[in-house]
Amino acid sequence: MEIFGIPTAALFGQLLIGLINGSFYALLSLGLAVIFGLLNIINFAHGALYMMGAFIAYLLLNKLGLGYWWALVISPIVVGAVGVLIERTMLSRLYKLDHLYGLLLTFGIALIIQGLFRNEYGSSGLPYAMPDVFRGGMNLGFMFLPNYRAWVVVASLVTCLTTWFVIERTKLGSYLRAATENPALVQSFGINVPRMITLTFAFGVGLAAFAGVMAAPIYQVSPQMGADLIIVVFAVVVIGGMGSIMGSIVTGFGLGLIEGLTKVFYPEASNTVIFVIMAIVLLVRPAGLFGTQK
Amino acid sequence: MAQSQTPARVGSNGTRHLWIAFLVMAGFFMVAPLAIYPVFLMKVMCFALFACAFNLLIGYGGLLSFGHAMFLGTAGYVSAHAAKVWGFNPEFAILAGTVASCALSVVTGFLAIKRQGIYFAMITLALAQMMFFFYLQAPFTGGEDGIQAVPRGVLFGLFDLHDVTNMYVLVLVIFLASFLAIWRIVTSPFGQILKAIRENEDRATSLGYDTDHYKHLAFILSGTLSGLAGAVKALVFQLASLTDVHWSMSGEVVLMTLVGGLGTLFGPVVGAAIIITMQNYLAQLGAWVTVVQGVIFVICVLSFRRGIVGELSSIIRKPL
Repeated sequence: MEIFGIPTAALFGQLLIGLINGSFYALLSLGLAVIFGLLNIINFAHGALYMMGAFIAYLLLNKLGLGYWWALVISPIVVGAVGVLIERTMLSRLYKLDHLYGLLLTFGIALIIQGLFRNEYGSSGLPYAMPDVFRGGMNLGFMFLPNYRAWVVVASLVTCLTTWFVIERTKLGSYLRAATENPALVQSFGINVPRMITLTFAFGVGLAAFAGVMAAPIYQVSPQMGADLIIVVFAVVVIGGMGSIMGSIVTGFGLGLIEGLTKVFYPEASNTVIFVIMAIVLLVRPAGLFGTQK
Repeated sequence: MAQSQTPARVGSNGTRHLWIAFLVMAGFFMVAPLAIYPVFLMKVMCFALFACAFNLLIGYGGLLSFGHAMFLGTAGYVSAHAAKVWGFNPEFAILAGTVASCALSVVTGFLAIKRQGIYFAMITLALAQMMFFFYLQAPFTGGEDGIQAVPRGVLFGLFDLHDVTNMYVLVLVIFLASFLAIWRIVTSPFGQILKAIRENEDRATSLGYDTDHYKHLAFILSGTLSGLAGAVKALVFQLASLTDVHWSMSGEVVLMTLVGGLGTLFGPVVGAAIIITMQNYLAQLGAWVTVVQGVIFVICVLSFRRGIVGELSSIIRKPL
């Protein structure tokens, strides 16, 4: 079978890879958007913390013998705790300053984390064994679907939609949205806003660690895995605009798919297509697809 | 209130200490090759020019670009290619590289100034990453190897640049001339408007200034001068490589400017000298350089935001 002269198996295979990449874009840009909403800071260390999440999974398996499911729970908690530490000791001193200082600080933190892991584990990637449950795959007739990849897409979608639901549809989320609009007023209603900010940051970087654990069996675990990814995610964030939670989810998955399609039809541009789309969006709709210009 | 602190006052009294500082700096770079390895000094001057050009944008325009490596790298590739493959004389090779970066900054600046603050930083970073992938794949750049053994050539057909003294004098002249140009830009009416936009863009707009136009112009000036630094650097090291377009290079120039002092005239030069020296001494430590740089970033942001020259200038209560 062929579509536009491309074998369908290849087409759907690339689309699946696109969907997988999109899952990671969505999880990471969602975390960035949640953090940005409340802290007004773009977390440059997001990629480094995603990498840290993957490394914790690797260490849990190889040092302590704790498997994938444990990693999926423990890694976000550990990285979330690191997030609490970063927010309490450093970021919280910068809220009164220009927001660019937050970007510079987190860039420095990213360099430290990446440098430390590179010292310890070198630059080459470390393999993370696929959990036994997910070995093999299903034959869907038009393509072969490896189980693990199906799981990544589903788990990412569920996580993203749950986050959206909590923020947009629950009482807790309404506090969060209110604090985004006017922190002083919310504080005067007796809600501990500084603690909420800390926990939001921890949650955001926890999402990054969760993505890191899910990425470990697919990509090699390496100190650089987060650095290049985060730049693409920045472009995704610019395209979507950070105004809307659902916006970052849709943009993340959508751009993953477009990247997959580009790999099929014009492979040379697959690295750059997202940046080109960003340039076009800036020309046509500078605030981003889902954003509102201040 | 803030007026008394701005370096806006023009006149012999207001700028005398700046001229003294400039002469000290010029004197240092003229005498230093007697004691210090000239290639190292040329590297410092190239990065000092790069950081000064970057500072023009962040320090005076308030725009944090996280993609300035694309201008350094583009000019490096173009001038190296022009000198090696097209056989250009060094003066035309440098010109070609600088013009290429100028053209790139016209386009990328047009896109980037559509957003402000954090978005501006992310957009410049993303555009620079796009250029990185372009140079990674483009056939003329030699991929991971870069363009090696670039001939320095004979300047104006008179001075053979393979002679270290000739090369050094050329770099020194370009560096000092560019520094004076940046100084002039900063104190010009254009520079004042730029500072007004940095302090309060809405008010500048309400005074009738087309702020986008001024920001774009500042971006182009900054990108072009960064390109000049990259073009000269390619001839000094006879090499143009992916290192110069990588995002970590964009981070390094931010660090240099931050350490020296954002928005100070001499800060980027001091910052570049410190960071380059540090890299030289720590080179054998491998990835620890990254960690050390990260730690300096964190310390500077948390408790040393004025930078070295910024602190000095607050001690003597005069802008530097």
